[in-house]
Amino acid sequence: MAETVVFARPQALAPVPTHYCPGCTHGVIHRLVAEVVDELGLAHRTVGIAPVGCSVLAYNYFSTDFQEAAHGRAPAVATGVKRARPDLIVFAYQGDGDLASIGMAEIVHCANRGEKITVVFVNNAIYGMTGGQMAPTTLPGQVTTTCPLGRDVSQVGYPIRVAELLATLRTPAFVARAAVHTPLHAVTAKEMLRRAFRYQAEGTCFSLVEVLSTCPTNWGMPPVEATEWVEKNMVPYYPLGVFKTPDGLDRAPRPAPATEG
Amino acid sequence: MAKKLMKGCEAIGEAAIKAGCKLFFGYPITPQNEIPEYMAHRLPQVGGTFVQAESEVAASNMIYGAAGSGERVFTSSSSPGISLMQEGISYIAGSELPVVIVNIMRAGPGLGGILPSQSDYFQATKGGGHGDYRLLVLAPWSVQEAADLMQDAFDLADYYRNPVMVLGDGLIGQMMEPVEFKAERTPCKPLPPKAWVATGCSGDRPTNIINSLFLDPEVLERHNQKLKAKYDLMVRDEVRCASYGTDRPYEVLVVAYGTVARVCSTALDDLREDGVGAALFRPITLFPFPYAELRAAAENARAVLVVELSTGQMIEDVRLALEGSRPIHFLGRQGGMLISPEAVSERVSAISAGLPEEVRHG
Amino acid sequence: MQNDLIIAGFGGQGVLLIGKMLAYAGMADGKEVSWLPSYGPEMRGGTCNCTVVIADRPVGSPVVERPRVAMVMNLPSLEKYEGMVKPGGLLLVNTSLISRDVQRSDLRVVKVPANEIANRLGNPRAANMVALGAYLGATRAVSLAAVEGLVRETFAGKAKVIDSNLAALQEGYALGEREAADGKAVSQEVGA
Ligand SMILES: Cc1ncc(C[n+]2csc(CCOP(=O)(O)OP(=O)(O)O)c2C)c(N)n1
Ligand code: SF4
Ligand SMILES: [Mg+2]
Repeated sequence: MAETVVFARPQALAPVPTHYCPGCTHGVIHRLVAEVVDELGLAHRTVGIAPVGCSVLAYNYFSTDFQEAAHGRAPAVATGVKRARPDLIVFAYQGDGDLASIGMAEIVHCANRGEKITVVFVNNAIYGMTGGQMAPTTLPGQVTTTCPLGRDVSQVGYPIRVAELLATLRTPAFVARAAVHTPLHAVTAKEMLRRAFRYQAEGTCFSLVEVLSTCPTNWGMPPVEATEWVEKNMVPYYPLGVFKTPDGLDRAPRPAPATEG
Repeated sequence: MAKKLMKGCEAIGEAAIKAGCKLFFGYPITPQNEIPEYMAHRLPQVGGTFVQAESEVAASNMIYGAAGSGERVFTSSSSPGISLMQEGISYIAGSELPVVIVNIMRAGPGLGGILPSQSDYFQATKGGGHGDYRLLVLAPWSVQEAADLMQDAFDLADYYRNPVMVLGDGLIGQMMEPVEFKAERTPCKPLPPKAWVATGCSGDRPTNIINSLFLDPEVLERHNQKLKAKYDLMVRDEVRCASYGTDRPYEVLVVAYGTVARVCSTALDDLREDGVGAALFRPITLFPFPYAELRAAAENARAVLVVELSTGQMIEDVRLALEGSRPIHFLGRQGGMLISPEAVSERVSAISAGLPEEVRHG
Repeated sequence: MQNDLIIAGFGGQGVLLIGKMLAYAGMADGKEVSWLPSYGPEMRGGTCNCTVVIADRPVGSPVVERPRVAMVMNLPSLEKYEGMVKPGGLLLVNTSLISRDVQRSDLRVVKVPANEIANRLGNPRAANMVALGAYLGATRAVSLAAVEGLVRETFAGKAKVIDSNLAALQEGYALGEREAADGKAVSQEVGA
């Protein structure tokens, strides 16, 4: 009987264990990206840009070439690579502190120039690597080490909805938000990533997929509780869906909720 | 006040509060996260304000703004973040504003690592950002000294209207030691009223402008010379250094700063037991550097050993101090590797046994 | 006179906490102290350790490469620190998690089945206290009373936790003392 492989490590993923904490979904997101890169047959001409954050070692986990960027600057580095070699597939993998705090200027201008790159934006509502400080995406009232009494929106403003923000730019782009806390969500997330990479491969536009992710370690809860926390607290504030497509259709399927929880 | 066991980062934060600083702007980075975290928790208790900036570039400009209003303010970071702050620091120096900046150094270059290092000596003492300016740089060797120097830093910044940097390494930031804060502390400098602040003008004086732009080259040159005169005053009045074991005869003079000097002090104790005469010279201000004091201490030694957590940065100032009068040896570790007392003892013993001098260039 | 030790184990075994307790207790006893932790990024890490120095005069190097004492709570820590302890020094081994013998013959070894004792006392998380107790029993580096006071402070409000931690500490202490009396362990100043 011929063997049928039903489950294997994607070629674009390196055969090594990661350093992520138990229950962290960075690893799941890596896997989805790798599967998409494989399925689109892009691995041999893909260059990843690693951020500064827990996924700083992403270059060890993908079997594609990589450049490591300074904190927040991945979209600028990606711009350099793509402009130098337009034939390459360039993706930046960034956390929420990296992209939405220190790197806000770079991501906005990269999207606004319509760089034909793909950004995988991992939003876990906290600074993971440095031990749980407030991120621009930290939810109202959420306790972190730099807002020990909970995020006070009267002092530091509301969490930034990056996908919605970038969708306001006039330059054509693909912008979506997905999640991976259940298998079903992960299937949709992969679909979004596939569209994002396809738009790049076809030379259509800038693409960004925001993925809601867990940080059990710094949220201070066991992994299962963390996935529930995503569903209960993050999804209501960060609605899932496609916010912008290059043809202008398919916009904001669900309006952001009016209450700011 | 009673002694309290504190982490270096916390002691630095508390010292700032004791010095009357109620404003902190900064951005997380290992190994100094405990400073912003401490300030986030403590400042609201004393009616102060903590802001987590969106970046170190922003933080350095936030302290510029706050200092221009005359309030005491500080920020802290670690090496890559300090690089990003150079914009603000250069403007602050150019505009003659008092701020305190803490750098808890980690190994570079680039993203480097997060473990202790002293590889930002050049950046701290020789400029860092663009333009002709200096920071006054203080290098503590213990948690207590970090707390003391932190308080002095605010006085020195106010007195000279110049940024002051407290330069430690990951060890100073992370280790816990007993700290005592004096109940009544007198400032280490007289503190003139801040007549230059931009806080609103009712017409009874010319408006105050906080600025570093001087398009007329003659005016800018005068400004540069005024700054230089200030740095000359620091060189004349602010040099601080310490020595250890210089009261007994010594053959080898070890030069080190910060926690590395602590490591060396233990090595010297061990060496004394073995009958090897060695002493330690420790710069506490890195700018102004204690050139004359070092030269005098080295005169009693046959050779000098510089110990640093870098490939050799302070050694350039040691060479300037000694002007070729003594052979200079170097012991360094990099990348976050530490120097042990044993490594120092071994090298000192070898030098005292006649190890040929190691001449280093650049 | 100086007592210095390295305490090492997995993250989560409470090695940083008992190191801090020693430093606090040393300070309460009027000694000079320093506590230096290993530090790293937040992601799943391997081992974790701290160095504690307790001395009669200002602490020189907070970095100790050749400690007089090492307390190893898991196998990777034994592998790492066995070779570093000063000749004649003391090695406290958590035999609950380490099955191999100590290879060096120039060390005094105190075997502490820390997890077993903690489990038996009904608080599996108190294995670190058993080990701390054993260290105190064997060296008297700081007074047991000072550490007991800290246990009460650390777990204030949780009577059951306090009791089990105190029991763990005392059982460890008795064990350490016994081993020391047997001549296997040491006087205060180990291999100094
Ligand atoms: C210029 C600079 N500032 C700060 C840091 C410290 N730093 C490292 S990772 C990080 C935050 C990462 O958070 P995020 O981007 O949300 O990623 P996560 O770890 O949560 O995946 C920070 C502030 C740095 N390395 N460089
Ligand atoms: S700290 Fe948080 S984001 Fe980082 S690996 Fe652990 S769970 Fe993931
Ligand atoms: Mg994050």
